[in-house]
Amino acid sequence: MKRWYKAGRTALILAAAAMLLAGCGGALDPQGDRAKDQYFLIMLSFGIMVLVMLVVFTLFFTAVIRYRRRKGDTGDPKQVAGNHRLEIIWTVIPFMLILLLASFTVVFAFKHDEVIAAEDAVNVQVVGHQFWWEFNYTDHGIRTAQDLVLPADTWVNVELSSADVIHSFWIPQLTGKTDTNPGLTKTVAFKTGDPGVYLGKCAELCGPGHALMDFKVVVKSQDEFNAWLAGMKEPAPAPSTPAAAAGQEVFGNYCISCHAVESDKMSLGPNLKGFADRQTVGGFRENNDKWLREWIINPQEVKPGATMPAFGDMLSEEELDHLIEYIRTLK
Amino acid sequence: MSDVHAHAHAHGGELPPEPERATLDGRNRILGFWMFMAGESVLFGSLFATFIALRHSVLGGPEPQELFSLPLVALATIILLTSSLTSVMAVQAMHRHDRKGIQLWLGVTVALGLAFLILEIYEFVHYVHEGHAFTTSAFSSAFYTLVGFHGAHVLFGIVWISLIIGQVMVKGLNVITAPKVYIVSLYWHFVDLVWVFIFTVVYLMGMMG
Amino acid sequence: MAHAYSATVKAGARRSFWPVLKDWLTTVDHKKIAILYLLGGTIFFAFGGIEALLIRYQLMFPEFDAIPAQLFNELITMHGTTMIFFVAMPLVFAFMNAVVPLQIGARDVAFPFVNALGFWLFFLGGLMLNLGWLFQAVPDAGWTAYVPLSGPEYGGFGINFYVMGLQISGLGTLIGAINFIVTIVNMRAPGMTFMRMPLFTWTSFITSVLILFAFPPLTIGLVLLMFDRLFGANFFDVSQGGNVVLWQHFFWIFGHPEVYILILPAFGIISEVVSTFAGKRLFGYSSMVFATVLIGFLGFMVWAHHMFTTGMGAVANALFSVATMLIAIPTGIKVFNWIFTLWGGKIRFTAANLFAVSFIPTFVMGGVTGVMLASAPANFQFHDTYFVVAHFHYVIVGGIVMALLAGCFYWWPKMFGRTLDERLGKWTFWTFYPGFHLTFLVQHFLGLMGMPRRVFTYLDGQGWNTMNLVSTIGAFLMAIGVIIFLVNVFKTAAKPADAPSDPWDGRTLEWSLPTPVPEYNFRQLPLVRGLDAWWLEKREGRTHMTPAEPPGPIHMPSPSSLPIWMSVALFIAAIGFMYAKEPFSAGFVRFLFENYIVGIGGLAMFFTCMIIRSLKDDHGYHIHPEEAEGEAAHQ
Repeated sequence: MKRWYKAGRTALILAAAAMLLAGCGGALDPQGDRAKDQYFLIMLSFGIMVLVMLVVFTLFFTAVIRYRRRKGDTGDPKQVAGNHRLEIIWTVIPFMLILLLASFTVVFAFKHDEVIAAEDAVNVQVVGHQFWWEFNYTDHGIRTAQDLVLPADTWVNVELSSADVIHSFWIPQLTGKTDTNPGLTKTVAFKTGDPGVYLGKCAELCGPGHALMDFKVVVKSQDEFNAWLAGMKEPAPAPSTPAAAAGQEVFGNYCISCHAVESDKMSLGPNLKGFADRQTVGGFRENNDKWLREWIINPQEVKPGATMPAFGDMLSEEELDHLIEYIRTLK
Repeated sequence: MSDVHAHAHAHGGELPPEPERATLDGRNRILGFWMFMAGESVLFGSLFATFIALRHSVLGGPEPQELFSLPLVALATIILLTSSLTSVMAVQAMHRHDRKGIQLWLGVTVALGLAFLILEIYEFVHYVHEGHAFTTSAFSSAFYTLVGFHGAHVLFGIVWISLIIGQVMVKGLNVITAPKVYIVSLYWHFVDLVWVFIFTVVYLMGMMG
Repeated sequence: MAHAYSATVKAGARRSFWPVLKDWLTTVDHKKIAILYLLGGTIFFAFGGIEALLIRYQLMFPEFDAIPAQLFNELITMHGTTMIFFVAMPLVFAFMNAVVPLQIGARDVAFPFVNALGFWLFFLGGLMLNLGWLFQAVPDAGWTAYVPLSGPEYGGFGINFYVMGLQISGLGTLIGAINFIVTIVNMRAPGMTFMRMPLFTWTSFITSVLILFAFPPLTIGLVLLMFDRLFGANFFDVSQGGNVVLWQHFFWIFGHPEVYILILPAFGIISEVVSTFAGKRLFGYSSMVFATVLIGFLGFMVWAHHMFTTGMGAVANALFSVATMLIAIPTGIKVFNWIFTLWGGKIRFTAANLFAVSFIPTFVMGGVTGVMLASAPANFQFHDTYFVVAHFHYVIVGGIVMALLAGCFYWWPKMFGRTLDERLGKWTFWTFYPGFHLTFLVQHFLGLMGMPRRVFTYLDGQGWNTMNLVSTIGAFLMAIGVIIFLVNVFKTAAKPADAPSDPWDGRTLEWSLPTPVPEYNFRQLPLVRGLDAWWLEKREGRTHMTPAEPPGPIHMPSPSSLPIWMSVALFIAAIGFMYAKEPFSAGFVRFLFENYIVGIGGLAMFFTCMIIRSLKDDHGYHIHPEEAEGEAAHQ
């Protein structure tokens, strides 16, 4: 009777917790299939552990409260060597609980290692850099960075590797993380959820900029995604204002050596095709002129360890204004 | 801490049959040394694992098949194996309380060990000329670290055995020097055993590809 | 002569500074070495603790700019490395040294010289690690130092201090382990079978075996990294055919057993303290022993649960998940055995027992998050987040540190002849323990909410602000607890050394000895007739252990300065190799370093000391029964 009571109480606690915790976001508010499986496992393991803790804590507190030495009682308590039945119980029951957790674990371990057939998924090559993310849509010949644009409710294969040190690719609401290793590739699959913008993080210490090596996953409807793909393949529109044209010249003098503006070109730094439509500057700051300006003037001030040189001393205020206006045309 | 000297005197100056185990200190040292060899086994095991993981990362340098000369390595192996045998003879001499025998057989062991080392140094110099140096590739780094580490152990052993020969010469065979003779022989067997694995994993497997 | 020392101390004579210092620098006595480890561990605890407070200070507010990113990465690296290698391990070794020989009825460890060498190697290694602070080149790649971040291309000079410091101290730890294995196997008093050994000795034994097998892979990993960084090797250089995941395998084949190396002695302490203060023998002694052995063994089978996200594939992940979960079973057995030791007892809540008893639920909390982490697919969410940070701090601080504090209060009278103040002890507990929960409970949620670890700051508006603030407040509360403890230590040091020899009605042999413990421990080796040997004798009406041998001259090993010279030699060698390519302005200095004269010179000095030690036989000195008897009369 006591055990049922405990189990029921546990279930209630968990349900309440789940509702509360969903407000916390991240892995506790899963939106994609993989994350939902992982959430289930987290809750299952948490539930089992709460049960274990309830049993252990009850026994523990009973023992330390009930068996305190009474004042003046100097005699020895009865010396008990052991109890075979108890020892068997507390070996077998934990074993069974673990069997339960292990079964789900093994099933999901294999399920989550499966990669989707290339024809049935969006295939993206992900390369981690210090401290930004490169995304190449191999089926379409599109190179981009920092914003991972994907269609809703679709399976995605990401082929992960790194250009320098080990990073880790993580989108808490959509899927768990997988390391990006230099010299090795690993492909994992995940399914996107509803349209929206999801937070992506680097999850392996990679230097001073690690904490700020965020990226965004921009999930669009299938139509919007197709439109985006088409737009990315189009050449950049010619600058329409004189300021922007001047900015293009500045860009050509200082930036083009590291940043391509056509999505089919490789570059040392992030490809800037479509930058004007991106969520962020530097991967984590709001994409507005203020942050763009600060970034160009001194990237290390915004993101410690950033490998882009500081241009504050090299550009006049006017050049900077023109440059920014030009960058705003990169749609 | 036992009273080593009282024990030695108790037998009226006569050495017990297994003098290395006659004292607590001797038994401690022997057990301690077995533990040390257990740790060293894991140490070498790790180097073997590294070598196996990286052995194909030759990166344009010479392949193992091109580099290794099995006859030379086989000769070195025979020399080292024989030196292990001679160290056994030294321990047997010790059990016979034959001081001169210990010095003789340990001396032969040192000579054979030196011969092995010379062959190995010659081998390494040759490899460097062939373009297989420490910094050439992951394979080469792993090769030199594993085989070189073993060679360093051989060198250490040669010096150590020589010092033991000296101690037996000066202090004679007693319950203090006996464990030292026994342990250095254990060490030498260990070094030889590691070589057998190197011969197999590095050279034989290397020739087979 | 050393035995005259204890006589003069008892007579109240004061000795001058240099002889005392020399005594401590050259001692090979396990009891003094224990105190040296305690002192060393405490000094480094101050470093690691300040590092922790700075970390938490920076994380108190979102986008706080108190500590820049580079310094922050150095702080987290040094905090972790210092706490694990230079605080937890030496404190564990302190108790092993202080207690194990006494518990098995031995006069010292098997190799007293090697024992001293182990301490000095640890200490010099710790100095080496922290040397970087002086040169503004501090390791910054995490205590795990993953390549290529720690390699020659991306890693700063500071990593060299890490690589060298850990090799030096690792050697010390390894030889310490061999020492304890041989001591426990060969030097137990007559009648003490393995199944009559106290649990703390058992756990020390298994721990030593773990060290023996776990430290070599770390050593090799460090050697390979050193070769890459200093000598152009290509183990981890991907462009030259190296493999970056290889480092992780070496690190974690060491790293996982390492945490069992830390926790098993803690389990041992808890077993001793809980059974003493409950007045009951340990419940399920045989299963406790068996569980300890099983935990030690399984501890080597699970290392890749730190690597679930590296992409090893489903088979490996599944296997390591299951193996990891299995460890929960013997651990659970131990927890229940402790609870049932308390059950039916007459529990006294001294400060020592307060810490020991609260270990139990706290460690369970840490353990269950461990089982959660063990599930590989779920681990893909937990890994490298504050959930992991919460888990390991629960088991390390809520587990090991609590046990160490319990051990301090319990064994202080035996080690120092003075009992720590009980009231201050309880104040320590009631500040440190709540502070601990405040700091780390919220971190579980931070991790689940997506806060990665090793981040110098976090953006506003993610819902993490309050919890980080709470966590920092808890950290400062813990600091207050530690300060109260230090006050206790100093206050106690000023008291006269008149603690009773058996203040707690102890069960094991150390409590049968007088306080202070004579230099030679046992005048005559005791005869052991059962488990809890001392308690057995007391309850049959005796006031002393029955001797197992007639009185006779006791042989003692001589002190030696070689251990400290050998450690300094390796320190010099390490500096020599690290700075070989440094562009010194002074030509002579540059010459010395460039040609490896310093490096090889240091090694030569080390090996010369070894040869001296080998050739010069240590005859020690003798203490005669009459002298020993004279001391006994003073008790």
